Parts: sequence; structure tokens; C-alpha cells
Amino acid sequence: MRRWLVQPEFKVERDLERCIQCQVCVRQCANDVHSYDEEDEQVSSDGACCVGCHRCATLCPTGAISISRSQLEFKPNANWTPESIRNVYKQAEGGGVLLSAMGTDRPWRVYWDHLLLNASQVTNPSIDPLREPMELVTYLGRKPDQIRVERGPDGKVRLATEITPQLKLQTPIMFSAMSYGSISYNASQALARAAKAAGTFANTGEGGLHPDFRQYASNMIVQVASGRFGVDPDYLNVAAAVEIKIGQGAKPGIGGHLPGEKVDAAISRTRMIPQGSDAISPAPHHDIYSIEDLRQLIYAIKETTQHRKPVSVKIAAVHNVSAIASGAVRAGADIVAIDGLRGGTGAAPTTIRDNVGIPIELALAAVDSRLREEGIRNQASIVAAGSFRSAADVAKAIALGADAVYIGTSACVAMGCHLCQRCYTGKCNWGIATQDPFLTKRLNPDVATRRLTNLLRGWSLEIKEMLGMMGVNAIESLRGNREHLRAVGLSDREMVILGVKPAGE
Amino acid sequence: MRIDATDLHYRDLNAKVRAALEAGERELVIENARGQRYIGTGVTCPQAKIEITGIPGNDLAAFTSGPRIVVRGNAQDAVGNTMNAGTLVIHGDAGDLLGHSMRGGTIYVKGSAGYRVGIHMKAYGQRFPVVVVGGAVKDYAGEYMAGGLLVVLGQGVPRDQSVAGRYVGTGMHNGEMWVRKPISAHQLGKEVGLVPIGDAEWEAFHGHLAPYGAEFGIDAGQFKRDDFVLLRPTSHRPYGTLYVY
Ligand code: SF4
Ligand code: SF4
Repeated sequence: MRRWLVQPEFKVERDLERCIQCQVCVRQCANDVHSYDEEDEQVSSDGACCVGCHRCATLCPTGAISISRSQLEFKPNANWTPESIRNVYKQAEGGGVLLSAMGTDRPWRVYWDHLLLNASQVTNPSIDPLREPMELVTYLGRKPDQIRVERGPDGKVRLATEITPQLKLQTPIMFSAMSYGSISYNASQALARAAKAAGTFANTGEGGLHPDFRQYASNMIVQVASGRFGVDPDYLNVAAAVEIKIGQGAKPGIGGHLPGEKVDAAISRTRMIPQGSDAISPAPHHDIYSIEDLRQLIYAIKETTQHRKPVSVKIAAVHNVSAIASGAVRAGADIVAIDGLRGGTGAAPTTIRDNVGIPIELALAAVDSRLREEGIRNQASIVAAGSFRSAADVAKAIALGADAVYIGTSACVAMGCHLCQRCYTGKCNWGIATQDPFLTKRLNPDVATRRLTNLLRGWSLEIKEMLGMMGVNAIESLRGNREHLRAVGLSDREMVILGVKPAGE
Repeated sequence: MRIDATDLHYRDLNAKVRAALEAGERELVIENARGQRYIGTGVTCPQAKIEITGIPGNDLAAFTSGPRIVVRGNAQDAVGNTMNAGTLVIHGDAGDLLGHSMRGGTIYVKGSAGYRVGIHMKAYGQRFPVVVVGGAVKDYAGEYMAGGLLVVLGQGVPRDQSVAGRYVGTGMHNGEMWVRKPISAHQLGKEVGLVPIGDAEWEAFHGHLAPYGAEFGIDAGQFKRDDFVLLRPTSHRPYGTLYVY
């Protein structure tokens, strides 16, 4: 749809010498940018609705299509950016809340890029991970204050302390919550299969568990969110762990609406709501207005699962995140997942996505420090989320105090996402954030599973490499070990919060 | 089988209940409940009958799917939280959040209930949650309601007094609510409206009153069509026009 005053974001150009009129682009673009004129026997493009997803250019057999930023420049203005001008036009026209997807694209400081890892030289030899074993296995869950052993009747020494349930991860990387509904069946299936294959966990999000994915349930974390979609005793008991979703980094403090037109037969079955009805997640859980209420829900879940599953509480990184995390731990959370400012989403109001919350690096460091100060760090594992782009980001997060991380955006990118940020339109040309069968079949679940396991393998190898370089042979030795980090270009105050020294010190 | 709940921690009490059900017991009586939480929580046995004397604590029958639970007294908050199936009968009053996010099953309360009753109830397939409160309810009844039936009978409440609080049905997008008159416009959420009660509606509704009356020995014939308002959402997509892309 062309809009008055809103100029196209992208320019679509076709090299007519290369174009063979095969119409692949016409079929591939769900935004109807390309069309074929039967009379002229000519493919042409109208870039007005191009979202820059590169689907057409990637599939064009002759490389005839190029996509570039629209050359239509506003008069340079450091205050009124083209984005802000365009947004005012859109709202003046539609009179509603601006929607976006994926994590914020504003230039908020990425602290990972100001932190550097250490390496051993001479005094503490590095280890070659190709020849020496490197331990990445991670256990998530409450750890006891102390371990007691006793001698059993058979004379053998045995553990006397009761160990509460733990999740065992082969690598400290899990797939974060993405609901079936926000992403396609094939994408959900690929995440679940890859988690199982790699010995880690995928998170259902708040959309329920599709019956077909029960076979992967031992590697799935199920979510209980404010809408309680698909939540019943079976759902809670079949999974490896249960996560109470309080907030999400991309949209802390607000609810969500999956529009009725996306609730088809299969999604209706998974969410347990009638077909075509809006799935409204209220902003708060209406049975949680306090830490005491949170405790009540945590223990309701523990009772339902007979205390066999770790219960995670996912919160968005907000100003007083460390106090909230401390409250969640005291409320009985076995895992606290913190989702930072740059965390992704399938749909969020742009203003919220771009202006609310704090970066995960600061939140993670603050929470880890606070829990240590209070002497309760062992009572819960910390999972950090909110845009991990590489193994280095993961290693730095572990050094700042995370037990493991959740990846969402990078998992989507591994499946082919081009970060066009239009997931909420339901027209994802890469078959990920869509329910349109014409588009979803583009994502082959076998291929997507392989790409996801490849990514996990690649990152895990790199983490091992980094551990070896630091002279340690287990991820445990890096965990919360901020001595392995140095800061570049940060203020004294930021370094205090991060608990790291400046480079050179 | 009888279980004396005196001085029992809820975990021990619920472990006993679970063990009894697993051993094939189908009729349990829990005596002297003293605020133990989570009684019947997560129980999935449809043949189970649990009778409770004393006062069960919060989250009675949370996530429950199947049993029949009768409380011979008052209940506290979050009764039937995210309940999936089964029957709860409360012979006294219930607290806040009765039937929160309930997907199926039936809750009958003889007395009154507190705030946020039936909030975000939803129906699905064969599952159709029914909450009938004999007395009155407070604010936010049926907020975000996405399906099912919520009834406030107003027994014992003087005829000139409203039996509901404010913000009734705010954000409601499916299901229906029957509330004894009077109710004034300022009590209603923006998303609900009054619907004329035809014969078909009344008959369907009355069908739900008969079992309620039978449960408590109340003559369902005393309830008259003119005594009630029927509330339904004005739109199934209350937030459909909120966004621009
Ligand atoms: S939206 Fe994607 S597929 Fe369509 S023209 Fe633009 S880049 Fe090509
Ligand atoms: S998932 Fe699809 S719609 Fe969303 S950003 Fe990626 S390519 Fe675009």
C-alpha cells in the first residue's frame, strides 16, 4: 500500500540486461513489489513497499536485482532524522501506535563492544582445546548452600543434601522464547529439534506447545505468561522446565495481542483459544501484583509438577532490575532470565522497543553483584538475553555472571532472517515470522535445524577456544570471573557497575 | 478416606492427597483445613471427589483438570486459577481472582466473591468455563474475558443495590456475563454492552441455574428474566485498530 507523504525506504533496481523475465522475484516477494505485465511480457518493480529483506535478490538466478536505501534524502538534520519524520507522517495518517519488530535499531551503546577478554601469556599457560577436554556443560537451577555427605548402610559415601531439579545443557546457549504463532510451524520445529540435537533447550514462548512438538518436550522450556494460553497440567508436566514470563526486553511492562486473523486452526489448538479470536496477553499477570504473589504462582507450578521441574522467572532489564531479581530468587525462582533493552520481538510498539529498559550488560552485572552481596547467588541461575551476536558476546556475558544465555535473533538469522523488522506484518518472505502456507513452506525444517545446530556448534567451539586461550578448561572457571574482562572507552561509573577494570590496569 | 489437615504443611497435605489418589482412592475428606495453599492443585483425576472442611488457602484447585471439590466453608484467593476442567463448589464466600484465566469446568459459590472474578476466562473447543456467584462481586469482574459464562446472582443483596463493582468486563472480547439488576453504565467497561434477553438466551442461561440450585438446595425457579442484565462484548477485536505500521 502506497502512503501519502511516506516515501519508500528502499529503491529496487533491475538490471534489464541480466533479467531473463523468469518471474522468480514476482513469486518470492510477499509485498507485491515485483509484477509481471502479461501484455508487455515484462517484469517490473515498484519499490514503494519493499522492506529490504533481500529475498528476491537472493533467489534471482541472474543476480539482476539490487536493493539500496532510497536516495530521496531529506535536508540533513541531526535532530529530525528521516526516521522520526517518517514516523510522524505514518501516525498522522493512521492515528495509531507505531509497531515494529526485532530488537531496537537505535544506536544504544553495545557494551560487549567495549569489553575485551583476557588471554594467557607465559605465566599461566594457555590450553589447546583441540587436544585437551573443555567442559561447557552447564547446570541451571538452584544450588544448595552446602553439600553434606554421609555413609550409607552399605558403607558407601553418598550425597545427603537434596539436590533440586536442574537443567543440563551441553553448551550454555539456549533458544529464547518464540511462540508458535509469532513464528511459523517449521521455525518452531527447527528450534525444538536443534535444541534436542545439541543437548540444550528451546522455549515455547507463551503460545502453548503444539502436539507435534511434544516429542521434543524433554528439551523444551514452557512458558506461563499473563494470557495463560495453552497452560494446563499436562503442558507444565511434559516440559523440562517452566518459565513464568513477567516481561520481555523489547517491551517491558506491556502486554501483547496476537491478532485474530493469525489464530488459525493449528494455532487455536496450541493456544487453546477459538479460531480467529484475538489472543490478548494482559500487561501484568492478574494473579501477580507483588513478590509474594509471584511466590504463590511459582509454588503453584511446583506443586503441579511435584517439585520435579526448575521454575524460571523471566523479567525485562529495567531500572531496578537487581532488586526485582533478588525478589524473584527469594520468591523461589530456580532460574532468573533477564532480557535486555536490545532483545527481539515479533511485534512491539516502536516507542517502547526503542526507549524502555536498560542494556543487558549492565543489568546482568548489577544482578550478579546484588545476588552475591546478599549471599543468595547460589539459589538461582542467571540466564541473560537480549541480543547475543557472537560467541564472544556469550563468553563476555558468562564472565559478567551469566550461567547461560538465550539467543533469539541470532537463531532467526541462522534460519535466514534478514532483520527487515517486519515480523508483525505476517509476510515474512523467509518463512519464519509468518503463518501463510505459501511463505512457511520456504523454510525447510531439516535445513533450518541443521543451520541452527551448526551455529551452536560453531559458537561452542569458539567458546572452547576462548577458554583455552584464557588458560581455563571449564566454563565454570569463567563464570562470574570479571578479572577476565577489561573495559575500553567506558566511564568510571560504568566500569564500577560492570565490575571491570579499564584496559591496561 | 479422611485426612486431618491440622498442623500439616501444604506440601505434606498435598502429598497425602496425591498418594491417596494414586492408590486408587476416589473420595477424600480433608478436615480442619487451615489456609493450606494449593489443595487440589494440578489434580487431573476426573473421578476424584474431595470435600474440605475448614478454610482452604490460596490457589485452591489451580491448574486443576477434572476433580470435584466441595468446600464446606469459605475459600480464599485465586480459587480455580487457570483451571482446565472439573467442578468446585464453595458453600461460603470466595476471595479475589476467582476463576482467573479458567479454561473449563464449573465453579459455584454460594456466597459472594472479591475483586477480579472471572478475569481472562476463556473457552476452547469442548471446554466452557462457568462461574456462578450467589451473592455479589467487586470491581473488575470479567475483565479481558475471552469466553465462558460469568453469573452474579445477587442473593441476599438488597434489590436497590448493585451486585457488581466497577470496570465490569473491561477488555472483554468473548463470552457472556449475567448480572442481577441494577447495574449502571458507569460500572461497565468500554468493551461491553447490554444485550436484549430473548427466549433462547434465557433458556440457555436457566439451564446453568438448575444445577447451581441443586447444589445448594436453592429453587432456581425464583430467578426471573427481568431481574438480570446480559452483557456481551461489543467487539471481538477490541484492540484491532490500535496500530499503524
Ligand atoms: S520486500 Fe524483499 S523480496 Fe520484496 S522487493 Fe524488497 S527485498 Fe525483494
Ligand atoms: S523474521 Fe522475517 S519478517 Fe522478521 S525480521 Fe526476520 S526476515 Fe524480517
